[in-house]
Amino acid sequence: MNYSYYPGCSLHSTGLEYGLSTRAVFDALELGLIELEGWNCCGASSAHALDHTLSLALPARNLALAQEVGYDLVAPCAACFNRMKSADYNLRSNPAIRSEVETIVGFQYTGNIAVRPVLAVLFEDYGVEAIAARVQKPVYGLKVVTYYGCLLVRPPEVTQFDDPEHPRVMAALMEAIGAEVMPWSHATDCCGAGLSLSRADVVQKLVGRLAERAREAGADALVTACPLCQVNLEMRQTSEPKMPAFYFTELLGYALGVPEANKWWSKHLIDPRPLLKSAGLTVE
Amino acid sequence: MLTDLLSETNRLSGQTVELCYHCHKCTAGCPVVEAMSYGPDQLLRMVAMDQREAVLSSKDIWLCAGCFTCATRCPNDIDIAAVMDALRQISLREGYQTGERDALLFHRLFLGVVQRLGRSHEAVMLGMFKVLSHTPLMNDVGAGLGLFLRGKVPVLPQRSGAGKEVSRIFKECQSPDNQ
Repeated sequence: MNYSYYPGCSLHSTGLEYGLSTRAVFDALELGLIELEGWNCCGASSAHALDHTLSLALPARNLALAQEVGYDLVAPCAACFNRMKSADYNLRSNPAIRSEVETIVGFQYTGNIAVRPVLAVLFEDYGVEAIAARVQKPVYGLKVVTYYGCLLVRPPEVTQFDDPEHPRVMAALMEAIGAEVMPWSHATDCCGAGLSLSRADVVQKLVGRLAERAREAGADALVTACPLCQVNLEMRQTSEPKMPAFYFTELLGYALGVPEANKWWSKHLIDPRPLLKSAGLTVE
Repeated sequence: MLTDLLSETNRLSGQTVELCYHCHKCTAGCPVVEAMSYGPDQLLRMVAMDQREAVLSSKDIWLCAGCFTCATRCPNDIDIAAVMDALRQISLREGYQTGERDALLFHRLFLGVVQRLGRSHEAVMLGMFKVLSHTPLMNDVGAGLGLFLRGKVPVLPQRSGAGKEVSRIFKECQSPDNQ
């Protein structure tokens, strides 16, 4: 099965290991991932905050490129997914917006492709049992909480993925590779997102609370699906000991026996290797 | 001529602000309410009461992180995040001084880079933010260095091949027909 791939700006920079591990997991599962040629930034929360039309037109250009290719568009970054899914939703449901954006971008919207997060592709198309059957190195002994943040699941009428209050998909995938997923109530709380630079104090408080609640739930690490959540969790925790965070694709890649997995851990600002070792996992 | 804030906000956001019956679900779930002056539900009331100056100069509209918790939980289906977007746009257009200057600076720098390159470029953007913002210059230098040493802040921007097209889209969106 083939998919178009929208890495977005983060997966070439702060979310480097998310991009590397996503590609490795798709390779290991023999799923095709074809990077969209000439893609542009989705506008992120900045276009959304300042200019409504721009916040739809920038992602719509990527939809136009993906339409030409014809495969569903996979966006691992939660913010990119949200912006492109939101553009798709608006183009699909609002004729006035559609004709305005079509004119600006210079294309005809067909709606023949879907915008999807990696979690949805793995869960819906590949299946939890099929993934479990391919596990070579189960991550037994790793106690985690799954952390979605906001933009994968909200607003639900736009994202149409999992549940905005009690999501389950990531936990099912983590359990399939042998992780012990601890129940907690903060999976879709906000990390402070783009306020990280202008109001680091606010983000420190939110992230600190998340780490504290994860520890209370009995977890040793957080598992994320968003490069901004991940960087905030790693950069803005202030109290020791700091709790490591993984992209879910990194743990999947490790469990599927991807050899490069060992190169991802050193990309983290909070080194997860001591934890992996103490859980009895092989770390080179 | 200025219209009242309520109808302008409703028109821009596509919402009906006066449907709010102040159950406080939005404010109870708002992750940044501690840093706000009013909080989401009170802000909606102020819009309905046409308290233009207080709303449009409030820091609350710039502190909204766009997490959509309020919009998801509102029993009257008001997309409060969309209301915040509309209020920011009105506030910008009318030249109100924001209490959260750095949030606006960040958005402007980010979009400036995207407009020129077609994609974001952290090294340029973070550098400019450090120089121009009110945050202490040495804040985050350690974390920035940590990211750099891990190969996560490429010095040179990527060639996207999308720069020209993206600049054109920015110009089209800024044309008076689309305001």
